[in-house]
Amino acid sequence: MTQISENIVPNAEPVEMLLNMGPQHPSTHGVFRMVLWVDGEKIVDVVPHIGYLHRGSEKLCEGEQYNQIITLFDRMDYIANFNNEHVYVRAVEKLMGLEVSERSEYIRVILCELNRIASHMLFIATMGLDAGAMTPSMFCFRGRERIQGLFESVSGARMMHNYFRIGGLKEDVPEDFVQQVREVLDLVKKDTEESDKLLSFNEIFLARLKNIAVMRAEDAVDYGLTGPCLRASGVDYDVRKAAPYSVYDRFDFDVPIGLDGDCWDRYYLRVQEVYQSIRIVEQALEQLPEGDTASSLGRRLLRPPAGEVYVRGENPRGEIGVYLNSDGADRPYRIKVRPPSFCNLSALRHMLKDSWIADSVVILGALDIVLGEVDR
Amino acid sequence: MPETILLSISLSSFIWIVIGLFLMFTSLSIVVLSLTWLERKVLGRLQLRLGPTRTGPMGLMQPIADALKLILKEDIIPASSEKALFWVAPVIVVISAFMIWVTIPGTQSAVIQNLDLGLFYIIAFSVIGILGLVLAGWGSANKYGTLGGLRAAAQLISYEIPIIMVAISVAMLAQSLDLREIVNGQDDYIYFLVQPLGLALFFIAGLAEVGRTPFDIYFAESEIVGGPFVEYSGAHWSVFFLAEYINTFAIAALTVILFFGGWSGPGLTGNWEIIWFLGKVYLVIMVIFWVRGTFPRLRIDQLMAFAWKVMVPMSLLSVVMTAVYQFYEWPAWSLTIMSSAGLAVVGFLIFKRMTAPSRLVAETRTRREALEAQRRAEASTGGD
Repeated sequence: MTQISENIVPNAEPVEMLLNMGPQHPSTHGVFRMVLWVDGEKIVDVVPHIGYLHRGSEKLCEGEQYNQIITLFDRMDYIANFNNEHVYVRAVEKLMGLEVSERSEYIRVILCELNRIASHMLFIATMGLDAGAMTPSMFCFRGRERIQGLFESVSGARMMHNYFRIGGLKEDVPEDFVQQVREVLDLVKKDTEESDKLLSFNEIFLARLKNIAVMRAEDAVDYGLTGPCLRASGVDYDVRKAAPYSVYDRFDFDVPIGLDGDCWDRYYLRVQEVYQSIRIVEQALEQLPEGDTASSLGRRLLRPPAGEVYVRGENPRGEIGVYLNSDGADRPYRIKVRPPSFCNLSALRHMLKDSWIADSVVILGALDIVLGEVDR
Repeated sequence: MPETILLSISLSSFIWIVIGLFLMFTSLSIVVLSLTWLERKVLGRLQLRLGPTRTGPMGLMQPIADALKLILKEDIIPASSEKALFWVAPVIVVISAFMIWVTIPGTQSAVIQNLDLGLFYIIAFSVIGILGLVLAGWGSANKYGTLGGLRAAAQLISYEIPIIMVAISVAMLAQSLDLREIVNGQDDYIYFLVQPLGLALFFIAGLAEVGRTPFDIYFAESEIVGGPFVEYSGAHWSVFFLAEYINTFAIAALTVILFFGGWSGPGLTGNWEIIWFLGKVYLVIMVIFWVRGTFPRLRIDQLMAFAWKVMVPMSLLSVVMTAVYQFYEWPAWSLTIMSSAGLAVVGFLIFKRMTAPSRLVAETRTRREALEAQRRAEASTGGD
């Protein structure tokens, strides 16, 4: 008898509960699943599960011709399509030793930075939603919508652009592109300032985000964090500055860094990056040269020489790396992607230790993962 | 004995009570429909949206479309739920929400049954609704529901205390718990003028009591996906919804009755004064919607800390101040000064508590600026 009662109530210790968060949960940003061990409202441990969006992109790449793979890269980080296309076409160009026209590179950079702004605006919107603020999301979506309208006028698609080509671009930008971008930039700047004023220094928002999931710089480096999550911890590392690619060395921009490495730093850093990206685009528009943008390769089948390359770039979420191995055929032998979201996600368990259930949502939100990229 | 009590009510007054209850139910339903429409429109305008536009002129038929959709939806009862609790929980919540309105007067005579202990009755019944939420969370056999139900219990009971304290201090001013007497007591000056602290406490605690932003913690959409309501669908869910809006309306009405002189206002007499009453109530409700469009959500520990460290002590202070004022028969402005000072203290406390992070940020900023200046200096010397 005593044994039974002991089994029911082992002792006076608090009983832990297993709480399954996701894959169908509004705040796991897609189909991410966290299995939380909670003690009341406190998180004791967490087991993250990924793979619900696995489409075998890397394997699919092996069966496609080089020009067809661009569409697959569009669908990895589906919030930052241009940045993904960029790093892929750079990998193939490096393998083939191709020179790209100045105008193409400038347009690529402009589109990538605009995409970074759009991605960060989505982040600010979802960060607000995760913390319970509805209104900033609308402000940010308005700005993102403007950028996407611009993308549509350039590439014909709002998200899956398929616009960059190996050696150039699909076609030149519309005639009024420069003016369009300038108009959009002004409006986007205003939108960002509005949501910034509304959300960033809101007392409740600060109370929710400040000193949550603090990552020391050493820890951040050890976990392999990159991008805003790393810079929030005070590490001044941005691929655009550390190993300049494309034409990034011609622009004057700052790399904002945080000092405390908490969720608020991760949030605010992205707000600042929006302003820096606006600076880059403005400079690029001024320097934009005339010239040809068509790929020098035309439409013929690509057969890069056998060999391997590794190319990296700075995505909105961090450093993306593409390893490309070619055996000389018209299809790559192997493509491996180092997605920033996947590596950033590895720190989740460290961050979630001893936090509250309500924090888990905010912490995951501040990591800014895209499941299409995590699972590939 | 029950028979004698029943018999002691004459048939005509019984019929009047039935008609009154029917009227109350109908008018409250209309109020809820108007509130859902208003909330969508106001929030839409705050968020650069239009709100509903397609259903009727200005989307006025949207609430009816919503209600029809909810009623026609399949009512799912989870297999693992405690069926009895699952069924009874929404009923408890909605009945307690309606019961409050029995004694809330719209004008001097527009009240179903005025009670001498009206305020006491309202507070007693508002606590019963909490039971419904806890039962809903527990009965749905869902972990999110359980978490939400327990959050609701903790939150609502904590914020019940400041509400009671403020109600007591108002009752002391009016020398009555009768809501009509309280309104009549504000003929010379509305109690907002002598008890600004009370109003602030009552409004904040009221927001928490009905779970509006920034206190929408027990059904936090982005964390516990609806809390106690997570397993409810269709008509059951709509009943919770109904209760939530009725409670919001009740809190706004009580704010108006206790602090803004209820239906009193120039230009109208008799039952037409209800226009003043409704106008004031809808104004308060607009403020509630405005707050919802502005603030993020607090965390449960911050919420509880706020309740016990700020709200409860300040509400006690408000009672003491009123008592001193009443006992020594000081002039009314003395209470105004005391209460305003109290409000300033609350404001300072909130400021201190809530801006601690932003002071941290200011600190961070200066540190960052120093860092960047240092980097620039190093870069320039490196260039040489």
